[in-house]
Amino acid sequence: MMLTLGHFLTLGAMLFALSVIGIFLNRKNLIIILMAIELMLLAVNMNFVAFSYYLNDLAGQVFVFFILTVAAAESAIGLAILVLLFRNKASINVDELNTLKG
Amino acid sequence: MSQTLSAATLLAVPLAPLAGSLLAGIFGTTFGGNWIGRRLSHTLTIVGVLVAFIISAMTLKSVAIDGARFNETLYTWMVVGGLKMEIGFLVDGLTAMMMCVVTFVSLMVHIYTIGYMEEDEGYNRFFAYISLFTFSMLMLVMSNNMLQLFFGWEAVGLVSYLLIGFWFNKPTAIFANMKAFLVNRVGDFGFILGIGLLAAYAGTLNYTEVFAKSGEIAKLGFPGTDWMLITVICICLFIGAMGKSAQFPLHVWLPDSMEGPTPISALIHAATMVTAGIFMVARMSPLFELSDTALSFIMVIGAITALFMGFLGIIQNDIKRVVAYSTLSQLGYMTVALGASAYSVAVFHLMTHAFFKALLFLAAGSVIMGVHHNQDIRWMGGLRKYMPITWITALLGSLALIGTPLFAGFYSKDSIIEAVHFSNLPGAGFAHFAVLAGVFVTAFYSFRMYFLVFHGKERFDQNPDAHHDDHHGHDAHHAAHVPHESPWVVTAPLVLLAIPSVVIGFMSIDAMLFGDFLKDAIIVNAAKHPAMAELAKMFHGPVQMALHGLMTAPFWLALAGVVSAYYMYMINPALPAAIKRRVEPLYTLLENKYYMDWFNENVLARGARGLGIGLWKGGDEKLIDGALVNGSWKLVGWVSGVVRKVQTGYIYHYALAMIVGIFILVSYFSTWPMIKELLSK
Repeated sequence: MMLTLGHFLTLGAMLFALSVIGIFLNRKNLIIILMAIELMLLAVNMNFVAFSYYLNDLAGQVFVFFILTVAAAESAIGLAILVLLFRNKASINVDELNTLKG
Repeated sequence: MSQTLSAATLLAVPLAPLAGSLLAGIFGTTFGGNWIGRRLSHTLTIVGVLVAFIISAMTLKSVAIDGARFNETLYTWMVVGGLKMEIGFLVDGLTAMMMCVVTFVSLMVHIYTIGYMEEDEGYNRFFAYISLFTFSMLMLVMSNNMLQLFFGWEAVGLVSYLLIGFWFNKPTAIFANMKAFLVNRVGDFGFILGIGLLAAYAGTLNYTEVFAKSGEIAKLGFPGTDWMLITVICICLFIGAMGKSAQFPLHVWLPDSMEGPTPISALIHAATMVTAGIFMVARMSPLFELSDTALSFIMVIGAITALFMGFLGIIQNDIKRVVAYSTLSQLGYMTVALGASAYSVAVFHLMTHAFFKALLFLAAGSVIMGVHHNQDIRWMGGLRKYMPITWITALLGSLALIGTPLFAGFYSKDSIIEAVHFSNLPGAGFAHFAVLAGVFVTAFYSFRMYFLVFHGKERFDQNPDAHHDDHHGHDAHHAAHVPHESPWVVTAPLVLLAIPSVVIGFMSIDAMLFGDFLKDAIIVNAAKHPAMAELAKMFHGPVQMALHGLMTAPFWLALAGVVSAYYMYMINPALPAAIKRRVEPLYTLLENKYYMDWFNENVLARGARGLGIGLWKGGDEKLIDGALVNGSWKLVGWVSGVVRKVQTGYIYHYALAMIVGIFILVSYFSTWPMIKELLSK
């Protein structure tokens, strides 16, 4: 069986869908949300790489590097916020964190 | 004074009373610190009016004898577009005559007031007001343009309002002054519309320039209707005159204005202010001559007023109200004369009426003082022996009023009746009947009052409503009710007014009606309106007129009025009550003044209040406040209340919203080209 672009895109879409569901079905742990975000970015990366390969354009893979870098920085910030949040609230339970409103 | 009239001298005429008024009004009241006392206040204002009177008299002399005229603009207030707003004087026969009448009556009233208002707290304020009135009235009559006329018009209305409500603690006085003010607004609305139309079509407010263009205006029609423009203008202007000169149906304020002190009833509500409307129409004669419709309207209104207001005078028991209804009726006569194009006769009657009606009012005031502020003529009687000067002057005034030959009223009233007789306008027949019948009515109520007050049994100690505010012993109490003659400051004006009341008609009829005195002020189209010309043909001197008058209907009608009054109130006093019982419905109708007040209060005033309340509750409170103002914030509040629920603070809710949003956007953009393609097919 030949792997086509469609397979890769389907994989990307599934990963993306998983991560989306992970964000809003998750009622427990904030870390899972961070992980879901990472997963979402990876799903995008997957698309980039797949297109890059099938269209013979390296620019897509260059973007992946950028995205990975940004994702790493973002996770670092996210975890830092999470640590501070835990220090203040003594909890990282998503159901208890409802202060993000006016 | 020399041949010519100078602006500075003329300016002094209105400004002298104004200065007196300001000094007495500012420094004589608590407003300015009570610097000047009563004596100084009345001296200052009287000197002001005296100066005005002397200059007016000299002006009259130069106008009448030397033929001097003055028509100049003294000051340009502002220019709006092409419309100039100016202050200026026009002095011709009409103005000079009015100036003299106004200042003379005003002077008499000022002197009279010293006695009449002696015990009143508002003494200085009163003098300030009447001097201010004199200033306003002079500005009105001396004006050479519509704007200044309107200024004077409103200023006399204001002073009238202030003076009717002079005793502002009295609820009836407050009601009366508000009524006068409101009814006059109705008239003034018409007046300003008339002035506005003239300004719009003539492009100027100056009399001379307006009259010069009147020929062009007369050819125009009123846009959108079949009416002639000039008719609309004249009727609008006349509505103003109806308000100020208390013509039916805007007469309702005048009887109520008797709530004010008597001197102002004489000055404002008999002699001068109420005649401003007559003066205005006479001044605008070149315009009114162009519209037969307006003249007919004027004549009919005047006839209604002259006759029907006279009837009301018959049943009044308040001495001042009898005179007030008599004033209404006489104003009706003047208006009829205007309608018959006999402007000079109207003005002539205005002058004679000013003297004898001021006299009657002041005499009434003197009687009121004499019987200790009782105004009900049923509780007077026999005052002749207690108040001889008042008695004789009131008799002269009444004789003048009913048109006894050789007295002032005879010449003017007979001329009016003759002029109406010669008029060929529609409505002249009715008007002629009304003024003839009015003669009888006038004589009847005048002498009813005269007999009840000065003759017959003394009833002044039987008044059931007498206010017993002086609580001294029984004997002293009784003595206090004996009438007494008024002091000389009161009787002197009576005497001084009685003289012109008797002789002025005899002296001036020739000059006023048929001479050159008013020739350039009053323009009559003799071909179309022959009344004046016919009158001139009939006239062979005042003595012949008086002799001829003895044989004409008005004289016998007046005599019949006097005789029936004498019979009913002297010989057979039970008769009026018997008649009253017979014609109960008619009496009730008269008692209620034809239900005009009832109509105004219940239909117009209540209707207006109902409309106001409807707009307030429905329009303002419900629509604007309820729906628009409060409705806006309530809607915003409700929407944000709903939206607020969406903002939970849970990250996963936000994420879901974002995802859903993205889903919708993506599906929209991805399918849109397809949908568009489908639609275009």
